[in-house]
Amino acid sequence: MILLFLAQTLRIAIPFLFAAAGGALSERAGIVALTLEGFMLGGAFGAVLGSYYGGSAWIGIAAGVSAGMALGAIHAVACIRFRADQVVTGVAINLFAVGVTRFFLDVAFQSSSNSPRVAGFGGEGLSALTALAANPLVWMGVAVMPVLAFVVARTTFGLRVRAVGEHPQAAASVGVPVTRVRYVAVVWSGILASLGGVYLALDQHQFTDNMTAGRGFIALAAVIFGRWHPVRAGIACLLFAAAETLQIQLQAAQVIPSQFVEMIPYLLTIIAVAGVVGRSRPPAALNQADA
Amino acid sequence: MSETAQAPAVRLTGIDKRFGAVQANRGAAIEVRPGEIHALVGENGAGKSTLMKILSGMLAPDAGTIEVGGRDVTGWSTAQAIAAGVGMVHQHFMLVPTLTVAENVVLGREPVSVGTFDRARALREVEELAEQSGLRVPADRLVADLSVGEAQRVEILKTLYRGARVLLLDEPTAVLSPPEVTELWKVLRRVRDGGATIILITHKLDEVMAVSERITVMRQGETVERLATRDTSPEGIARAMVGRDVALMVQREGAPPAAVPAAGTGLEVRDLVVRGARIPRAVDGISFSVAPGEILGIAGVEGNGQTELLDALAGLREAAGGSIRVGGVDLTTDSVRERGDAGLSHIPEDRHRRGLLLEYSVAENLIFGQQHHFTRRGMLDRAAIDAHAESRIAAYDIRPADARLPVRALSGGNQQKVVIAREMARAFSVLLAAQPTRGVDVGAIEFIHAQLRRARDEGKAILLVSAELREVLALSDRVAVMYGGRLVTVMPRREASEEVLGPWMTGAQRGAVA
Repeated sequence: MILLFLAQTLRIAIPFLFAAAGGALSERAGIVALTLEGFMLGGAFGAVLGSYYGGSAWIGIAAGVSAGMALGAIHAVACIRFRADQVVTGVAINLFAVGVTRFFLDVAFQSSSNSPRVAGFGGEGLSALTALAANPLVWMGVAVMPVLAFVVARTTFGLRVRAVGEHPQAAASVGVPVTRVRYVAVVWSGILASLGGVYLALDQHQFTDNMTAGRGFIALAAVIFGRWHPVRAGIACLLFAAAETLQIQLQAAQVIPSQFVEMIPYLLTIIAVAGVVGRSRPPAALNQADA
Repeated sequence: MSETAQAPAVRLTGIDKRFGAVQANRGAAIEVRPGEIHALVGENGAGKSTLMKILSGMLAPDAGTIEVGGRDVTGWSTAQAIAAGVGMVHQHFMLVPTLTVAENVVLGREPVSVGTFDRARALREVEELAEQSGLRVPADRLVADLSVGEAQRVEILKTLYRGARVLLLDEPTAVLSPPEVTELWKVLRRVRDGGATIILITHKLDEVMAVSERITVMRQGETVERLATRDTSPEGIARAMVGRDVALMVQREGAPPAAVPAAGTGLEVRDLVVRGARIPRAVDGISFSVAPGEILGIAGVEGNGQTELLDALAGLREAAGGSIRVGGVDLTTDSVRERGDAGLSHIPEDRHRRGLLLEYSVAENLIFGQQHHFTRRGMLDRAAIDAHAESRIAAYDIRPADARLPVRALSGGNQQKVVIAREMARAFSVLLAAQPTRGVDVGAIEFIHAQLRRARDEGKAILLVSAELREVLALSDRVAVMYGGRLVTVMPRREASEEVLGPWMTGAQRGAVA
């Protein structure tokens, strides 16, 4: 029972973990990560297309990641090259992702609601635990936050990301290529977040319209709740996933309305931002176009 | 003196640089010998910083040539300048507060081992460099936790870490206390003795005399004079900077004895407590009064509660305790506008953040805070506003004399004149003058000081808060020092000097009078 609860929590947490990793990276570089939802949706649709036409989940991953990269690149060009407001382009990217996936869902599969069934990882009839273990994306999702924490804290690139997100003028004055660091961070943010969508789609073996259903925003909430630190953000993802699992299991019992449980991530985030859980300060150069 | 045979460390000739309508440099030139400390002086807007940004590769000149060590490097990039050993210490620190000292120093040239950033080596290298150069800073501390003086040492360490042989410092003492300034001169001399060449941008003449060997003077984008420090005087430099004789800050020894303030006049502050952003008692229960016809100068290193004190007096921040009276009337809980109408005038310390709306016109800026006096039938009275602007512009010699220009188009000195012209136009009895001449050129300083003295002589009570000790000494009738949220000493002007006040300002000498 407890094992099942944990397995279910992990299954729900994986998309959050990928998206929050992308969010943490982007925000630490000073670019607002309102786009996670769009990146995920693009990744999910790309995965289904790739898996359907390529016949393999691996091709699905490649296609989903490409979609995330492309969306990341569009966002990066808009807010770095053209200095657009990052919140506005972020919202635009999310709306664009909804529209473009809906359009190509109809073009490719003549459906306005869902794709046909595609290949994923693991066969039929596996237990919940073995199915999880058979999915390489689960392993990647578990590893993503520790790896990102290492990259941010211990690599040259990470040091530069932190510098660029806090004080881009200072970074530029010592010859750090601010623009390039931000491009790389945002494109990687697209790649990471799209993997969350890829996992969702392959886990359900299909794409359904707007299937990410706000998970990107929960991931962003986790980043803020985790005070922009990858490992803390990862813990927040697990916490939010546990709450959702609890909600699913309590739903049968009708103890509390599910809507209240769905509020938990956002309520916790408001509490965190209000400063209850220690000092919460975003990267200083967030949403500043000037380098 | 004959030129040495050695090639100059730096030679800029015929530099032109234009920003839109502003010609920042026109045929500017500077020549600096290896191993000297060279002062580049001039009023604000004379083009000093532009010239140095061109040298450091941040800006490309429209015309002219740049030579470093005899090599023509015209139009190089920041990265090339750094690689060639030209390092700039910026006026506004270029440090990332959330990174450690070591991380800031190595940023952009990080030591790497097996593909990752080698933190241990960065720490070791920075510690060694700090030891060698005498720039003592804890390498593992976050920059956010450093004092201003320490942060500046980190800036210099950064340039040395990149192997700088030519160091450019832009107004390095603007944020330092007198002992920190003395320490900086020691460090610069040591760096110079180590073989580096130093160019110091400044408009403080005592610094020029204290530390430089030769001087280049700029005025309106041109190089007007090259001097050897030992052959000139502060008056001579000032004349070259402004183009006419200037009365330097007069040290007023024979100040009139401070009147014992009659109760119910001037400014009276009792047991004032103000919360700061991080410190619960940024102003820690202070009491003082300023009598009509008196200037009380508050000296002190920035960040010791002066900002919070001024905010509370002006009504921009709530007082957590105590009382504020102007002319005997308690204003402690009054709004900014009510205080203004009760006779309190305020020259804010930061004209961009508090004093002006840069996109608004000069005429509009001249009535902010008093706009309710410029209305007719509930509408703004344009004619009255324009007439007011015209008379103020004429009285304060605000240039260019165009009331419709956005304030952004004015130089720093003229922007400050707009603030002062506005605040002096009120019917006021008490004036809060915070950093009234910050970032303002010598000519404008002279003018602003004259205005403050005139207001004092007319019987106004003036509270002057300035990070410039010389300014406090030049204007005040009584001098107080603020340290750690308290007034640690108050003394008549004739007893005050840099030597006497320095220990109070750094907290080396303690004791509270209020």
